[in-house]
Amino acid sequence: MMAESGSSEVAVIGNVDLTSTELENNIINTVMVERGTALLRRMEINVAEAEKRTGKNTVNMQETYTVYLIETRPAETIAEGGTPAAPDTLWRRYSEFELFRNYLLVTYPHIIIPPLPEKRAEFVWHKLSADNLDPDFVERRRVGLENFLLRVASHPVLSDDEMFLRFLTDEKRWKEAVLETGFQDKVDSRLKSLSAMFRVKNPDKQFTALKHYSDDLNTIISQLLRVRAKVADRLYGVYKVHGNYGRVFSEWSAIEKEMGDGLQSAGHHMDTYAASIDDILEEEEHYADQLKEYLFYTDAVRSVCRKQDLIQYELEMAVQDLSTKKQQKEELTSGTVRIFSLKGMTTKLFGQESQEQRESKLEALDLSIHEGEEAVNEKNRECKEFLQTAWGDIERFREQKDNDLREALISYAIMQISMCKKGIQVWSNAKECFNKM
Amino acid sequence: MSVAAPRGLASSGQKPIAEVLHPLAAAEEPLSPGPDVTVDDGGDQEAVLTNGTPVETSSPASASSLFNRLQLEDDLEADARDLYVSTETRDLFVTVDDPKKHVSTMETYITYRVSTKTTRIEFDLPEYCVRRRYQDFDWLRIKLEDSQPTHLIPPLPEKFVMKGVVDRFSEEFVETRMKALDKFLKRVADHPVLSFNPHLNAFLSAKDLNKRQGLALLTKVGESVKQVAGGYKLRPRPAEFCAMGEYLDTFSQKLGTIDRIAQRIIKEQSEYLTELREYGTVYSSWAGSEEELRRPLEGVASSVTTCCGALEDLSENMSQDFLPVLREYVLYIESMKNVLRKRDQSQAEYEGRLEAAVLRKQEDRTPLPLEVEKCQDKVECFNADLKADWERWQSNKRQDFKQLLTGMADKNINYYEKCQSGWESLITLLQDKQTEDKTSETN
Repeated sequence: MMAESGSSEVAVIGNVDLTSTELENNIINTVMVERGTALLRRMEINVAEAEKRTGKNTVNMQETYTVYLIETRPAETIAEGGTPAAPDTLWRRYSEFELFRNYLLVTYPHIIIPPLPEKRAEFVWHKLSADNLDPDFVERRRVGLENFLLRVASHPVLSDDEMFLRFLTDEKRWKEAVLETGFQDKVDSRLKSLSAMFRVKNPDKQFTALKHYSDDLNTIISQLLRVRAKVADRLYGVYKVHGNYGRVFSEWSAIEKEMGDGLQSAGHHMDTYAASIDDILEEEEHYADQLKEYLFYTDAVRSVCRKQDLIQYELEMAVQDLSTKKQQKEELTSGTVRIFSLKGMTTKLFGQESQEQRESKLEALDLSIHEGEEAVNEKNRECKEFLQTAWGDIERFREQKDNDLREALISYAIMQISMCKKGIQVWSNAKECFNKM
Repeated sequence: MSVAAPRGLASSGQKPIAEVLHPLAAAEEPLSPGPDVTVDDGGDQEAVLTNGTPVETSSPASASSLFNRLQLEDDLEADARDLYVSTETRDLFVTVDDPKKHVSTMETYITYRVSTKTTRIEFDLPEYCVRRRYQDFDWLRIKLEDSQPTHLIPPLPEKFVMKGVVDRFSEEFVETRMKALDKFLKRVADHPVLSFNPHLNAFLSAKDLNKRQGLALLTKVGESVKQVAGGYKLRPRPAEFCAMGEYLDTFSQKLGTIDRIAQRIIKEQSEYLTELREYGTVYSSWAGSEEELRRPLEGVASSVTTCCGALEDLSENMSQDFLPVLREYVLYIESMKNVLRKRDQSQAEYEGRLEAAVLRKQEDRTPLPLEVEKCQDKVECFNADLKADWERWQSNKRQDFKQLLTGMADKNINYYEKCQSGWESLITLLQDKQTEDKTSETN
């Protein structure tokens, strides 16, 4: 999946100086850049910093929120000894990202829109803060937002969107512009989508399968995140209790003569061991974030499926409508009432219409049928187009998911190995001290 | 290899006064280098120091006795060091193993094989193999305490176990108990005085132990208290014994804390293990709904399972090996404290009698009775024995804990090594897959 072979794979395994977090980020970002959209070929995008701000909100109350610094700079190779050009920067808050994403959802319903990092911390194990203003949470969110922008920038379709470019470069007037697109009016009502889902007569088999897969993936990743949080909690407990050894060895060493030094130093190593778990678990959070991204991706997949249901439903409705009209025409011309209608009954009861009336009715029906046929063609075209473009994006997504998750698992394994090595180191040190007792 | 006289100052409780040589007495027949061993209760032991001087009891005033006592102490120190160093000169080897269950109409119990190899002349044969049950070990311990009250007797594992809470016949319990009995017997066999005790000889060699003498009715504590005539006011301990007492108290406390910590760790590990198992199954489950990701996910599940197994081993080891040894030392400390208390009583008796005698002397000029001197001797022997045992105990303790703690470190290292290799094999698996994909892509 990476354009480079060999050497970078070695870097993945052998190089443990870079934390696997950074390594992982580098890998995904490298891939996205190499995928090479026009946008990324000419522009480098970073979410470099986060800052706290206070201000008055819509109900005129003081609130504290965080803003993120988006940096863009031309992606040209830097001459040896030259300094990179100063980036263009602007600040955005999370709600602006949300607005932008909603715009994408409505404007590109056949595309699986990359998700944002979570709004509130979920699946936390007890030591981890669920506070939105917690610096660790903010930092992880910064990474998540950068990831989001890069995902959009590396998408063959989304990267060309004008609003995207303005989001990155136009601090003040982007919001106005995006609202002017009127996307908010085009949002399909929830009710409409839901009813479509239940009433479709011929659901597309592939999309049905995709729906099920997406639901399964959602369930399993949620479960995984939940259990992982519990595992982290327990592991924390195991490590921290060892810290008590540190204290008791120290106290014990005070009453010993020859054994004292060995015990005391061993105690220090136990303290080190107990303290090491904090960094280990902090790094594991990054793995959890990668899983979360795909958890949220399942929602985006479901959105596409729902849209397909809706279009399919509308097509079926149009076909049904046309068929009803054609029937009505037939009835009118043949004089038989096959379909029960009030008009038909009253005609039967209260006498036939005049020839003139019939003629004008037929004319109206013909027009209606013609419109109906056009509607069906339109819907058909829409449906086919949707299927084609959506399925293309789904294939792209599948490949991306397989590669990303596989890399995530590798980096998780590397994390575990690193944790084992640290454990061996500490206990070996302690053993040396015990030997000197 | 010297089949030497016991090192250090050997003494048994009831040495008849007639056999004690007074420094100013006439020359006596040379004492035999080794103790006479008979199978009677409280058998006579005559002992001699390694430098050939007979054991002397002396009044504090005698200059020569002072000189001898100083020599004694030098020897004691040397002996304490020597004992630790010269395990090659050991001539008595004992092992406890091979537990077997016996079912009779009256009861069910376990016996252990006690094997002995020795070159000592006190034993008729060079090798013995007998079967003994816990009761027999308990008998031995009581007999040792009775006949060697001035010495520290190693502890036995707990006698009583609550039925229903602990399975007395489970493999783990029997295994743990057996190791503790083995340790007990080895400590006795390594002791320069206790190893020559006739009861030990009987225990190791007799076909059937004749235990009828004073077993059932007497508890350990009761018997040992009977030694000293009770009712004397306790005197302040000499500084060095105070220090011992304080050390024991603090040490016992620290061991208790370590025990609690270890138990807590085991508990936390067990809860971690439960969650970890579930964690592994979620990956397996996920693998079922994936194609490309199936192998990597199954690989993760398998690595997690490896870690679970390794963790189980670690916890089991801590329960089976670490904790029992720790607890046994707490018992050992209690034994040592008991010996200190007996010493205190011995001192109390002596000083009490001395005071009474001095008063009487002041009144009617009767000389200090021999009884008082006897008590003084007892106290001095006791003190010397105790100090020698203390040194030995300290050095054994150092070895034992060094072994225990390095063992704990080793098990933890082992655990991480197993986990690491589990995860490394996953990476190899995934790497192979990557090169597989690449070659198929280029083809």
